[in-house]
Amino acid sequence: MPTPHGGKLVSRTLTKQERKRALETASSLEKLNVPPAIASDAENIAKGVFSPLEGFMTREQLETVLHLMRLPDDTAWTMPILLDVSKEKAEKLDEGDDFTLYHNNQPLALLHLEEKYTFDKDELAKRTFGTLDLAHPGVTMIRNLGPTFLGGKITLINEPKTPYDKYKLEPMETRILFEEKGWKTVVGFQTRNPPHLGHEYVQKTALAFVDGVFVNPVIGKKKKGDFKDNVILEAYNTLMKNYYLKESIVMSILPFEMRYAGPKEAIFHAIVRKNFGCTHFIVGRDHAGVGNFYGPYDAQRIFENFPDLGISPLFFKSFFHCNRCGSVTNDKACPHDEKDHTNFSGTKIRKMLSQGQIPPKELMRPEVADVITRHVNPFVE
Amino acid sequence: MTKEKKEERKFTTVSIPTPLFKKVEQRIKDTGFTSVSSYVAYVLREIITEEEEEEPFSEEDKERVKERLRALGYID
Repeated sequence: MPTPHGGKLVSRTLTKQERKRALETASSLEKLNVPPAIASDAENIAKGVFSPLEGFMTREQLETVLHLMRLPDDTAWTMPILLDVSKEKAEKLDEGDDFTLYHNNQPLALLHLEEKYTFDKDELAKRTFGTLDLAHPGVTMIRNLGPTFLGGKITLINEPKTPYDKYKLEPMETRILFEEKGWKTVVGFQTRNPPHLGHEYVQKTALAFVDGVFVNPVIGKKKKGDFKDNVILEAYNTLMKNYYLKESIVMSILPFEMRYAGPKEAIFHAIVRKNFGCTHFIVGRDHAGVGNFYGPYDAQRIFENFPDLGISPLFFKSFFHCNRCGSVTNDKACPHDEKDHTNFSGTKIRKMLSQGQIPPKELMRPEVADVITRHVNPFVE
Repeated sequence: MTKEKKEERKFTTVSIPTPLFKKVEQRIKDTGFTSVSSYVAYVLREIITEEEEEEPFSEEDKERVKERLRALGYID
């Protein structure tokens, strides 16, 4: 089992007794309502998913992450984890004070405010996403942030609820689960789509080298046209039930809002899975990319800069179905012409499903397609 | 704070013998490394990355977690 990132699994949660006291304190403090994405980040910090972070980033942390892709103590880290507020709200908060984060009218966490600061948004966007193009959803997201950032440790009071909490495991739980299953090596698989045969092929190829697969779908706000969270989970459950050994696969969700930062987000995704206890992580073509902002294999190349990451990436090229091979394969293994190939195009599969058509069995397992088409609208509107 | 000052805070200087510097310079030609400094930082990070002992969970924690995993159907 890999050591958690930074050496220690962070826990910023409370015992029953401590929580009771915190709730009493929370009601008397200045309040700040936070959106779902911040609530997820707070939960992930508190439960060690983002170890070694113990809170939202201070300026020094943000600067070293943007400039060096490392935290101030040299631990590899690539994504800013920020808490933004309006100018008016920032004026009410003093450094050194505690205040309460609220989500859905419930106290979510205490923030021990270490620092409030401003930061140039263009620099933040450029260094995170490599672009200032507003067509990039991450750039737009940064533009829409409040002007002041709050840095400091948090203490979780209440877990944000999702309709899928029975699929939510924290790193401590997955680590004990992997140990219980006798897995010494585990490959993490990040996804935000129902599985097609290409995904299954990648996972099963990886399974030839490791003891288990940890499928970890990202749950949360998505783009219009993306698959709904419940559709993804039902599709994976069906695939696992029909085509996997129960002993070889585990699925749990990751509440997180994708940033689409391509290579930098690939490193971040690997760190998160390391904290869950994975020894390996699958990085495919254009991992966490969007549009044409990143090269198809940039997210694989970036790992060269992180010899000390503590989780081994497994790089995969694009797979396709070859009619002449009669199987899923890739351009390293298949000698046949492109006309014999059927690509696993997400757009194509989505289009067929949206028209109520079942994709061919070379692309998607019929049972999986059936589960998806049973939904009147499987897509985010 | 000026940009130069910020950069100064994030890096420091380490001396290595000039012949070694030149050897490294030769070695990184036509590689992805853009400077001797980035190569040296890479090598040092590789060397100092050591397997640390994982902090074990307490038996009480383990039992509590296993109970939840059983209830959720993750283990029998």
